[in-house]
Amino acid sequence: MRARWPRTDGPVTLVRRRIFILPTRFGLGYGGLLVLMLVGAINYGNSMAFILTFLLAGLGFVVMHHTHANLVNLKVLARPVQPVFAGQPLAIELELSNPSRRVRYTIKAGWPRKPVTTSVDIPAGRVEPTTLILATHRRGWLAVPRFAIYSEFPLGLFRAWARVELDQRALVYPRPRGDRPPPRGPAEPAERRAHLAHDDGDFAGLRTYRTGDPLRSIHWKSLARHPVPAVKLFNAQADDELWLDWNALPQLDTEARLSQLARWVVDADAQHRAYGLRLPGTVITAATDAAHRDACLKALALFDDARA
Amino acid sequence: MKRRRLGSAVLRPPRAVILQLLAATVLTLAPLTPHLPAWAVVVVLAAVTWRASSALRRWPLPNKWLRGALAIAGIAGVYLSFGRVNGLVAGGSLLTVGAALKLVELRTQRDLRVLVALLYFTLVVNFLFSQELWTIVYLFACTWLITTALIGSNHPGGASTLPWRHAMRMSGAFMLQALPLAAVLFILFPRIPGPLWGLPSDDGAEPAGLADSMAPGDIRKLVLSDAVAFRVHFESTPAPRAERYWRGPVFSHFDGRRWTPGLVSPIPARYTVEGAAIQYRIALEPSRTRWLFALDLPDARDLPPDAAINGNAVLSSTRDNLQRRDYVLRSHPRYELSPVLAEAAMQRELQLPSDIDPRTRALAQRWRAEGLTSAQIVEHALRMYRNDGFSYTLEPPPVGRNSIDDFLFRTRAGFCEHYAGSFTFLMRAAGIPARVVTGYQGGSKNLYGDYYVIRQQDAHAWSEVWIARRGWLRVDPTAAVSPARIDTGVGAALAGTAGVPDFLRVGRNSHWKDLLKARWDWVNTQWNRLVLGYGPELQTQFMRALGLASRTAMVLALTACLVISMAILGLVMNRRTRRGVRPDGARRQWLRATRRLRRYGLRQKPSETAGAFVVRVCELHPASAEWIKAVYEAYVQARYVDPEDDRRRRELSRLARAPLP
Repeated sequence: MRARWPRTDGPVTLVRRRIFILPTRFGLGYGGLLVLMLVGAINYGNSMAFILTFLLAGLGFVVMHHTHANLVNLKVLARPVQPVFAGQPLAIELELSNPSRRVRYTIKAGWPRKPVTTSVDIPAGRVEPTTLILATHRRGWLAVPRFAIYSEFPLGLFRAWARVELDQRALVYPRPRGDRPPPRGPAEPAERRAHLAHDDGDFAGLRTYRTGDPLRSIHWKSLARHPVPAVKLFNAQADDELWLDWNALPQLDTEARLSQLARWVVDADAQHRAYGLRLPGTVITAATDAAHRDACLKALALFDDARA
Repeated sequence: MKRRRLGSAVLRPPRAVILQLLAATVLTLAPLTPHLPAWAVVVVLAAVTWRASSALRRWPLPNKWLRGALAIAGIAGVYLSFGRVNGLVAGGSLLTVGAALKLVELRTQRDLRVLVALLYFTLVVNFLFSQELWTIVYLFACTWLITTALIGSNHPGGASTLPWRHAMRMSGAFMLQALPLAAVLFILFPRIPGPLWGLPSDDGAEPAGLADSMAPGDIRKLVLSDAVAFRVHFESTPAPRAERYWRGPVFSHFDGRRWTPGLVSPIPARYTVEGAAIQYRIALEPSRTRWLFALDLPDARDLPPDAAINGNAVLSSTRDNLQRRDYVLRSHPRYELSPVLAEAAMQRELQLPSDIDPRTRALAQRWRAEGLTSAQIVEHALRMYRNDGFSYTLEPPPVGRNSIDDFLFRTRAGFCEHYAGSFTFLMRAAGIPARVVTGYQGGSKNLYGDYYVIRQQDAHAWSEVWIARRGWLRVDPTAAVSPARIDTGVGAALAGTAGVPDFLRVGRNSHWKDLLKARWDWVNTQWNRLVLGYGPELQTQFMRALGLASRTAMVLALTACLVISMAILGLVMNRRTRRGVRPDGARRQWLRATRRLRRYGLRQKPSETAGAFVVRVCELHPASAEWIKAVYEAYVQARYVDPEDDRRRRELSRLARAPLP
């Protein structure tokens, strides 16, 4: 399997040889029903029962081809995967494109041996998105495992599937966790938080919500108009710099340290404070923007204990 | 809907699919209604109505306790109605009630699939009751509907819907594609002679046609039916109409009202046949009795394997005829039946109930006292029927306790059972062994096919008298009263009398109606012979004609046919998945134009817009620059600016074909 169909970053065309097909449980039951009907037809010498049995058998044969053809020559492409924190579900967005003139009904994407109930119909010559959800547990690079594109349409007697392995990896940040106070900066962080909570500073604008932003900073008024929540930003935090330091947490083991640092990064970013990150072998100078936050979290995600 | 989005593993079928399935259920169960107890029909209708309203108004479905109670009540109901839950009618009822209850709990995709399987199976049960020509239409209609509902159930519905018309078209196409496979399987799948475990004998269904006893009015009831009893194809010269007595049950015991077989010896009657034989093939409709009708008298040396002749020279099968069956016989109109009669048999054939019908007995004894021979007494009796004002009618006046006396001396109007019964009584009273024979008489030739149709309306009763050294002789007193009954049939014989059903009135049907009826019967006969009669025997004949002598060759041919048709279907399907979406007109012209630039090594890359390609062409091949710019301009105009304008498209087409500089 792996040898025959090497990982590529897509698109992958589900050519005929890639597609497997087997009867489903209902298909086996249908076969049993046909045997029963055949025995009845023989016993009663009943020609109409023979005709019905053979018609249904023919239907089964025909539908096998239709189920198979429902997948043949579909193209599968994965969009770039957005990083997530460990423990959060990773959404892998796929694009299924149907180059033929026939509608492909009820196409499902799922992990092997896990049933899926959501499906997409792909009209002729169109592309439809679908999403695969993957649970994340550990920080670092996560290679998107092999998944299956399958369909039981039209009668549910057969399941046709193709295994697809895309050369895609997702970055998983450490789970932000830990309740230690951030290292003392020039100002007291608790006060900072109060400032934010009481909306005291100069209002600087809105930005989209990110994980870890305190609930109280959400701009509720805009929530009705925009599906993605926004948070209010204040200008009070520009004057101080916060240094998040690996060496400030000597009591913890590596993962707990990284989680605590991630917590601090998320919090500091939420408070819109300028912060820098010091890891063994890596120093990221202080800044405030989203790219900076991502760089910090990436450094935490890929931190290699042995190398450090 | 909401639950599915949250990832519930249970797939709920869309409402339209449930309604489709309800329609399929009603259609599938409809032909079973005459065989079902009334309460089962009510249960089905109630379940369908309730489930439909539940789907439309989103009522909740009953919980599992109520469902369990309903299931137990259903089984108990069937048991109470039939005293059993297996057998054809009881089992069919159970299946129907089961399908109805499945409707009530129809909730998930799994329930739906179970119901679909039940419905397919119920179709088979239907065919055990009837396999007439219309059932093939019914088969396709039901399969189509059920399959459509099954397709719908495999589609989640919701935002992206599969319109039911589309599902209909899809399932129709599948069935058309399945038809050749079904035909190949029907013809070539090796048929084994059944039955495998025996046919259910109870059935609960009424026997059709002649019964095992005869009372006044029984045959009259049969004559009111237009149903076919059997069809006959004569392989030799057909027997003339007056000779076509199809022998059925014989009755020797009389209780004053009803004739019954009495004690019948299982030892075949001894008879010798002589003279020319008549060979014929009978296609008997299912009668649910054992009688196999034969012309007087079949050659005992050449009977069907499961048939036997009893002591009354009646041919019967070892099983009830639940299925249509074909058999071939050879009969001899000239025969000598039991020229010697044992004393016990003689006594049986002289039995009469005591102390009734004194006048008839007196008449017979007077004839005997006059010193007439047996043959002369028969003559006397027939002359009496002929000359003493007897009439042939479907509506005889009522008779009292002394039914024979009343008939012979008072009412003098009756049907064949009255004549056969009174004649036999008279003979016995005169000391001549006599018995009643029932069967069919006559039958009409089909106008299109070389066969005769014998309907229930041709049912008849006549007598046999035993005369020493000559054996049993057929005497038909009805013929004395109404010669037309024998010469032209019951319709002509009854012309002008009361109570005659429409189909029996001679000359009432116009000629084209008769032709239509004959044509329809001919079509039915072909259906019976070629489709319903296609079993091991016909298959062997057919295979021999095709040159597939052995069973192995047949299986090989079947496999080859299946593989070839599957391969063809696979190829067609595969091509369809590959054939891309056809580009629109302007796009095709543009592709045509750019193809011409390939000779200069210029190809539009997939990532390149048409505009970028034109810029590249201008740089790399300046000679074509003006031309490609003009084509591009026209392409943009025709495809994007003004797609409705035909002139733009013609302009583009002209430019795309224009000679290259």
